[in-house]
Amino acid sequence: MTPLILLFVAFLQAAQPPAAAPAGNVEAGKRLYDKHTCYFCHGTAGQGGVAGARVAGVARNAQGFIRYVRRPPGSMPAYSEQMLSDQELTDILAYLRSLPPAKAVNDIPLLNQLRGK
Amino acid sequence: MARHSRRPVGRRGFLKKAAAGAAAIVSAPAAADAIQQNQPGDPAPARADVYTTDKPGSDFMADVLKSLDFEYVAANPGSTFRGIHESLINYGNNKHPELLTCCHEESSVAMAHGYAKIEGKPMLVMAHGTVGLQHASMAIYNAYADRVPVYVLLGNIADVAFRRSDVEWTHAVQDAAAMVRDYTKWDDAPVTLAHFAESAVRAYKVAMTPPYAPVVIVADAVMQEEGIPAADRGRLRVPKLSVTTPPAADAGAVAEVARMLVAADSPVIMAGRAARTPKGLALLVELAELVQAPVNDGHQFTLRMNFPTRHPLKGAGVLATADLLLALEIPDLFQATHASTPLNRFGMESRPTMKAGARIVTISSSDLLTKNNYQDAGRYTEADLAIPADAEATLPQLIEACRKLITPERRRAMDARGAKLTETSKQLRERALEQAAWGWDASPISTARLSAELWNLVKDEDWSLVSDTSFISNWPLKLWDFTKHYQFIGWSGGYGIGYGAPAAVGAALANRKHGRLSINIQCDGDMNYAPAVLWTAAHHRIPLLTVMHNNRAYHQERMYITAMAARANRDVSRAHIGNELADPFIDYASLAKAYGVHGQGPIQNPNDLGPALKRAIDVVKRGEPALVDVITQPR
Repeated sequence: MTPLILLFVAFLQAAQPPAAAPAGNVEAGKRLYDKHTCYFCHGTAGQGGVAGARVAGVARNAQGFIRYVRRPPGSMPAYSEQMLSDQELTDILAYLRSLPPAKAVNDIPLLNQLRGK
Repeated sequence: MARHSRRPVGRRGFLKKAAAGAAAIVSAPAAADAIQQNQPGDPAPARADVYTTDKPGSDFMADVLKSLDFEYVAANPGSTFRGIHESLINYGNNKHPELLTCCHEESSVAMAHGYAKIEGKPMLVMAHGTVGLQHASMAIYNAYADRVPVYVLLGNIADVAFRRSDVEWTHAVQDAAAMVRDYTKWDDAPVTLAHFAESAVRAYKVAMTPPYAPVVIVADAVMQEEGIPAADRGRLRVPKLSVTTPPAADAGAVAEVARMLVAADSPVIMAGRAARTPKGLALLVELAELVQAPVNDGHQFTLRMNFPTRHPLKGAGVLATADLLLALEIPDLFQATHASTPLNRFGMESRPTMKAGARIVTISSSDLLTKNNYQDAGRYTEADLAIPADAEATLPQLIEACRKLITPERRRAMDARGAKLTETSKQLRERALEQAAWGWDASPISTARLSAELWNLVKDEDWSLVSDTSFISNWPLKLWDFTKHYQFIGWSGGYGIGYGAPAAVGAALANRKHGRLSINIQCDGDMNYAPAVLWTAAHHRIPLLTVMHNNRAYHQERMYITAMAARANRDVSRAHIGNELADPFIDYASLAKAYGVHGQGPIQNPNDLGPALKRAIDVVKRGEPALVDVITQPR
């Protein structure tokens, strides 16, 4: 399993059952996501890629998310509290939660035609 | 400036020697033939100034080069090889090799690099021994690190008495090839035409003996431009090019690998530069299917088109559970078998990703070419069995050895393993499709969408992807149906940026005679090193679709600076400084048009992408290059 897959799995593991967490501000989260260049690796739609895991549609647990960002197990840079407070990370998480889910592959003809081939 | 020959030709003397030496000419050079056709009785030249020569040495050099069957010679023109330039276009009639006008020596060599990856043989490159080679050096390093044959001919004026100006002094060098000796396989600076012939042929043989690598021959300018010395005319000959067999593993080592592979419960085959030729791909499929072992690419980059991308055994191997890793031509296996410390964590450490007791077997011709200074060898690999041999040449014996060892019991176990791997492969593929859907309608356009839109338009063509995929999250390798060796040229080898655009042009040139549709997904940062290669493509009517992956940055470095800032607890939002290609944005469609290439874009709306690509493909099908600028996600 490649390190990137391990990273992805670790990220998914961070997205464990919902827990009580402070509410985040979606607009502030978007600004922070852009300002702190999260999209460099995770994409402007949070879609992920070879340099970073998908963050749209997976992050749900604020505590796990904050823990992950503080001490990422893979190649992601660690962001300390000096860089991003817990509240700011919570805002980013709120923004990630607000991102629209992906279309189903069935609804994208260019992808659906690749199924089973 | 008129030239003063210091070596007047005594024709009678030459003819006498020529008659005696004629029997010794094995592969008769045409230049020598022409000289022998001079009529006996011609008056001997007076011992006076002679301004012309009927047969410059460069004609014989052209004979030698023609014997090596180069299709093309790429060059940015330079005075130190003007003699051979003139001989190739007039005496050689600009055929085999045909001269390609290049605007930068880095482009010349990278074009040769890309050409060799499709054609399987070297292109000739000419350059100044000084400033030209300095331009070319990074591209030579890429070719060396990628183990690709490139044949470089350098001009130089060795004799001080023949350096006519300060330019010729500043363009002269004692040991021209020294600059690139650390990353070439062999070089020579012949001092006579006979010496040139022997070394030129030897250089080709060396370059084409696995491991392939660039070679350098210095063509002395005086030797090019002066008449063929009388003493040489009768004895000059072009040596026969020896057919070299690639170095295969010895039978004992092959038997041991076969025993381990057949006995393994969960083997993984990792292929780096394994498929040196189309035959290598077919052999690797045969081996994988025989033992039902998964075939993975190397750690970071896909180096060659080794294995069909939709084969059920492709990419399903898991190193963490493997009990045997068979690594075929992997340049840095340590990185493939270890996890490293994140960039922003203090203290370097690495840990193995394979389980304790798992065994590693390497078959690699890289073990046969070891150098000191440049560190492309990677870390030392603690292999259980390291076989210094060409993997492709070893595969036929390995397949046969495995076949003999497979008992009915092992056959059943292998088939059961294969069924599981097929299921895993299906799941991976489905997951890739689902992942591709994320950000489908985003702008900047996702690299998955770009790849899917392209595939939709080329899937029914005879296509060839003449660019790497690692900067676009490898989406083509996940979505497209790669089955043939020429359908992918792989990674640059040395990560020397500026390789992509010229390598694509060289590969497209090789594809042209086969009527293939060449596609280059082109990084914007790479394009800007030497964009005039677009003009070379237009000038030589090289059909090539270039699709810009325009993330408007040197994005890898942007990510690195972000990591450095985060490590230092400083502002990551300034990571764009020195890395972004913005303010102003670069207009690649206009750039293409300036070089005579059809240009479109920038395309920012994903719904506009398909039609733009279709229009560009129509241009390429007419035999011309075309470029579509697409504003894309970072990766």
